[in-house]
Amino acid sequence: MAQLLPSVWRHIPERYSLLGSHCENCGKDYFPQRPICPTCRRKGKIVQKLMPREGKIFSHTLVHAAPAGFELEAPYHLAIVELKNGVHLLSQIVDSDSEAIQINSPVKMVFRKISEDGKQGAIAYGYKFKVVRNAAAASKPGKPVGKQSTSSKK
Amino acid sequence: MRQVSIIGAGMTKFGEHWEKSLRDLVTEAAVKAVADAKLDGGEIEAIYGGCMAPGLFAGQEHVGALIADQLGMNPIPSTRVEAACASGGLALRNAYLAIASGAYDIVAVGGVEKMTEVTTEQTGVILGGAGDQEWELFMGATFPALYALMAKRHMHDYGTTEEQMAACSVKNHANAVHNPYAQFQRAITIDDVMKSGYVADPLKLLDCSPITDGASAVILCATEKARKYTDLPISILASSQASDTLALAHRGSLTEIRATKVAGEKALKQAGLSQKDIQAAEVHDCFSIAEVMAIEDLGFFKKGTGGKVSANGETALNSKLSINPSGGLKACGHPVGATGVKQAVEATVQLRGEAGKRQVSNLKNFMTHNVGGSGATVAVHLFARGD
Ligand SMILES: [Zn+2]
Repeated sequence: MAQLLPSVWRHIPERYSLLGSHCENCGKDYFPQRPICPTCRRKGKIVQKLMPREGKIFSHTLVHAAPAGFELEAPYHLAIVELKNGVHLLSQIVDSDSEAIQINSPVKMVFRKISEDGKQGAIAYGYKFKVVRNAAAASKPGKPVGKQSTSSKK
Repeated sequence: MRQVSIIGAGMTKFGEHWEKSLRDLVTEAAVKAVADAKLDGGEIEAIYGGCMAPGLFAGQEHVGALIADQLGMNPIPSTRVEAACASGGLALRNAYLAIASGAYDIVAVGGVEKMTEVTTEQTGVILGGAGDQEWELFMGATFPALYALMAKRHMHDYGTTEEQMAACSVKNHANAVHNPYAQFQRAITIDDVMKSGYVADPLKLLDCSPITDGASAVILCATEKARKYTDLPISILASSQASDTLALAHRGSLTEIRATKVAGEKALKQAGLSQKDIQAAEVHDCFSIAEVMAIEDLGFFKKGTGGKVSANGETALNSKLSINPSGGLKACGHPVGATGVKQAVEATVQLRGEAGKRQVSNLKNFMTHNVGGSGATVAVHLFARGD
């Protein structure tokens, strides 16, 4: 996991606050941020948008054989989470009973340490999700926070 | 576009080759293929070599030049092609396109990976490079975990069971018993798979393809000139390729590999064939669930029934459709860069009728299906006898 620091720093807005993209032309949301809308391409108009922090489990697994850097956490739960706006992302599921981790279980984002780059290296933080007992947890829809043209360099 | 044929094929035994380096392996396979094509070597105008991660596995990049050097073929152009586990399939396709376009008449295609130079944990990290490093591997995903996420959803949506998935591994081992080049020439049972321990639930160790060293090679020739070298050229009827998002989560579906559907349909259309014209296929069974989805997405079986038909024996050798007569990635082995070319070697051996006890009978058309990562690259090829 060498050279983690620049990557950790670059992704802070996305990993800390679920900052994604919204296409004003077709209305689709994307996470992480995309420079170009795959549906509209040149006609697309991409702006930044915070994703909702609640959703449900779309699929899940319990990882027994952990990759380097995650040995101490194994076994751990991973899921594809479907956010309330339909966007899918991959995340660990933490602070939840194993039996509660099922397809369609309601989840919400929590902020956690993800990994560290050796003993003295950078610590990476970001989102994980946990199952919420009360499925009626209020959803705060994301709102645009800035503009960014697809025609800008990238 | 000109027609293209295979006039020679060769491969190393797949397995753990502690005594052989990457260059030893690729040379052995290439020398066999050149000899099989009855070439001197000087007729070859270009080389395409599939290799996923030689820099990380063996500290060696620039493998295109290395292959030409090892084979004594300088100064012909030699290009390494990388598309994760589909590197071999794309090397084959690039060579096919080069001949079809008229740029060359004879091209050598190689695939190689030397994986046992590093630990199993390091191998996991290196293969992880085929996925989305920043948004999936960073979160603790592994390749077994990505396919486990697909398997779990497939089980949820279609009632697929762990025993049905295990049947793919059992069938592939049964085929590999008769393949002298296979890593595991031994049979296993459903019970063996079920008791093999979870890697990423619901996938167990024996649902997963192994870590393998190996190389494979084929010699392609413009069909109009192939008869000069062999009485039985193997025609490449079609070559197709498709892509999808690097991250699994960004796909529209977890239970379908869209790039497989697109590439499969394109290949059949190019060849003017339909699924019922295919008697055998090497599909990319990096995990048992990958075979279940492949036989559905290629249109051989209805979506959702891949597990059931596998458990019923409909994909066994010389049943309804012979899937992975070589033993597939699971039992023949999966040296990632070599696999796509090995599938073409198996097609050649089968269509020549030289596969011995694993011979597919009444064989006319053979399909190969090679996947990169969790489905972000797919290559499909169709083959038939050219006599
Ligand atoms: Zn759009």
